[in-house]
Amino acid sequence: MIEFKNVGLVYPNGTEGLKNINVKINDGEFVVIVGLSGAGKSTFIRSINRLVTPTSGSLLVDGEDILNYHSGNLRKLRTKVGMIFQNYNLVKRSNVFKNVLAGRLGHTGTLRSIFNLYSNEDKALAYESLKRVNIEEKIYNRADELSGGQQQRVSIARVLTQKPKYILADEPVASLDPPTSHQVMTYLRKINKEDNITTIVNLHFIDMAMEYADRIIGMRAGEVVFDGPVAEVSEKTFEEIYGRSIREDDLRGGAEE
Amino acid sequence: MTNETHSLTNKSIPLYPAKTKLQVTIIFFVVLGIYIFSMAWTQRDMVSGLSGALGNMYRVIEKFFPPNFSILPDIWNALAQTIQMAIIATTIAAILTVPLAVLSAQNITTFKPLYYLTRTILNLLRTIPDLVLAVIFVGLFGIGIFPGILALTVFSLGILAKLISETIESVDMNPLEAMRASGGNVFQVIWYALVPQVLPQFTSLVLYVFEINIRASVVLGMVGAGGIGLVLNQQLKFYNYPNAMTIIIVIFVTVLIIEYISNKLREALL
Repeated sequence: MIEFKNVGLVYPNGTEGLKNINVKINDGEFVVIVGLSGAGKSTFIRSINRLVTPTSGSLLVDGEDILNYHSGNLRKLRTKVGMIFQNYNLVKRSNVFKNVLAGRLGHTGTLRSIFNLYSNEDKALAYESLKRVNIEEKIYNRADELSGGQQQRVSIARVLTQKPKYILADEPVASLDPPTSHQVMTYLRKINKEDNITTIVNLHFIDMAMEYADRIIGMRAGEVVFDGPVAEVSEKTFEEIYGRSIREDDLRGGAEE
Repeated sequence: MTNETHSLTNKSIPLYPAKTKLQVTIIFFVVLGIYIFSMAWTQRDMVSGLSGALGNMYRVIEKFFPPNFSILPDIWNALAQTIQMAIIATTIAAILTVPLAVLSAQNITTFKPLYYLTRTILNLLRTIPDLVLAVIFVGLFGIGIFPGILALTVFSLGILAKLISETIESVDMNPLEAMRASGGNVFQVIWYALVPQVLPQFTSLVLYVFEINIRASVVLGMVGAGGIGLVLNQQLKFYNYPNAMTIIIVIFVTVLIIEYISNKLREALL
């Protein structure tokens, strides 16, 4: 369970990224955060694995306040919180398998990982993860030989290999075309249901949020302005979150049948 | 309204603001002034100028030619020493440069005092000319290969660490963030996300520094740091110009061959 208690974050330049956030995310939920760019979605999500550090309040992950974590327990936290990025963030010159095995870094000693001494279980797990996103035939291709959608699937496999309890996805489909976007979201949704991994996704496409989320959190100017199950959400809700009428570019479109 | 637009189109709008124009003009004239001054100054220093050099040139060529190729078998050893010096010095420098380059890259070493400390040490190191290094080490350890290797190592360490830290500063930080987010520690992040990104440039720069070291080791030899430079210096001192000419030709050919090989290797890498 993830719990934000009066969490605030002020960046060194004075910008307020988060303002007094109070949110509780239950295990197994598929939560989509919506909001315009600059609304604080990324800051929200990156607080959970401490890629950014909130400046006030407390943030509980599995009952422990992670805001005072330092290197040791920070690494432990990050091994159970996997992350997917907008730009996939693969090492382009390394092959797919090595990229996926990097998901085991938090579980592997420094020397073992430097000399590629992964256990057979780890390697089997990495291969299994690649199979789950149907990209196992690219195992020895260099990451930069893959298309955007394929790279994002590799990054999902990397997160799966990590065996996380939570998955954070920061605009995972913003750089993809509509069909590929739906494919990636479908994988995330499937993993959420099959492995019961709590998944938090940032999106700015309204139709995708409606299609995949259990629960939607709306953000504007660093504040949570809506929080509720997807059934309660209508176009009007989005107009309130965005503070303007809905436009065509707020929709991804191209849903598969 | 029509009047206003008319006046706007008539008055030409400058491409740069007046302040920028003034600054650039001043800088231009300052640089021009420096050029004119240094030209005037060097004219005063070059007593006889070019006309004298042309006459001297004929005498020099006459002394140096024909080269005495019969000494060839005697200089292979010295040549091999020069190459060995360059290889050993480049290897040691390439190993030592790794931690230094990482510590002097702003995007990896976020702890500012450490970054400024390494930066400063490397900057100081680079200000010492290779010849001065050789003179110091020859003074400390006596004539021979060892001081030459030390001088070359320190000299190439300065260049390499600087160039590689700049390569590190230009990498894509996204994969590093991903490794950090999956729980990797500093060494794992560097090994998995940074090393693959800089390895081709690293190898290429090491080869480049190797080329520089071959040439530098000849010069260092002249102040007693071993290798073919030492032999060349001796021959020049004894006025054995035909022998010296042979050595110069051998050095020339060696440098060409090594540059060719390392260029080919670099092309294959990048």
